[in-house]
Amino acid sequence: MSWDIIGIYATSAALIIGAIFAMVGAIGLIKFNDPMVRMHAPTKVGTVGIGALLAAAIIYNSVIGDGAIHAILIMAFLFVTAPISANFIAKVNIHRRNCDTLPAPEGDETWSTLNVSEADRAIAPQKDGAA
Amino acid sequence: MSQAMDVMNIALIIAFAAVALAQVLSMVRLVMGPSVGDRILALDTMVINAIGLIVLMGISQGSTIYFEVSLIIAMLGFVSTVAFARFIMRGDIIE
Repeated sequence: MSWDIIGIYATSAALIIGAIFAMVGAIGLIKFNDPMVRMHAPTKVGTVGIGALLAAAIIYNSVIGDGAIHAILIMAFLFVTAPISANFIAKVNIHRRNCDTLPAPEGDETWSTLNVSEADRAIAPQKDGAA
Repeated sequence: MSQAMDVMNIALIIAFAAVALAQVLSMVRLVMGPSVGDRILALDTMVINAIGLIVLMGISQGSTIYFEVSLIIAMLGFVSTVAFARFIMRGDIIE
């Protein structure tokens, strides 16, 4: 059994792993029923799913061709940007009051990221008296 | 070698079908998503699945030209997700 055949089988295994993780992420995106819980599933697509598919591409190109190390750039870029975009989507959910927010603080203080000014407090969106 | 290539072709077909199904499921969430955050999340997932489909196409054609394509799509997807989220939060993208 030469290295080429081992590489092709490793490519197949990485392809199957990446495809399973991509599909599990999409099923989780459909099945979960809370906006904040729903953000949990697609992160697997971004890290393990695309990571395994790109690993398959790297292994396959190093077996049949002359290597494709620059595919690691895509993986690094996705790993760096996935938490940032998830943070932004979470801030959108908090801003739209789609999730459970913190109880109202004592006195005149408001939560610092959702600092509604005194004049707008009557028209600010409120969710069942929590804010 | 030919038996290994047969196994890899079957794995490629399964991976194409699974990633295309994931794309369709996230499109369902994009259409029916109750809130705006769900729609932004579904669009982000669809961009990542599109990167996966392009990488699979590069494997099936034995070409490395698609890595640049998927890198550019990854950058555009990140920028568009941030722009959507900022527009919902601030009502403006560049203040």
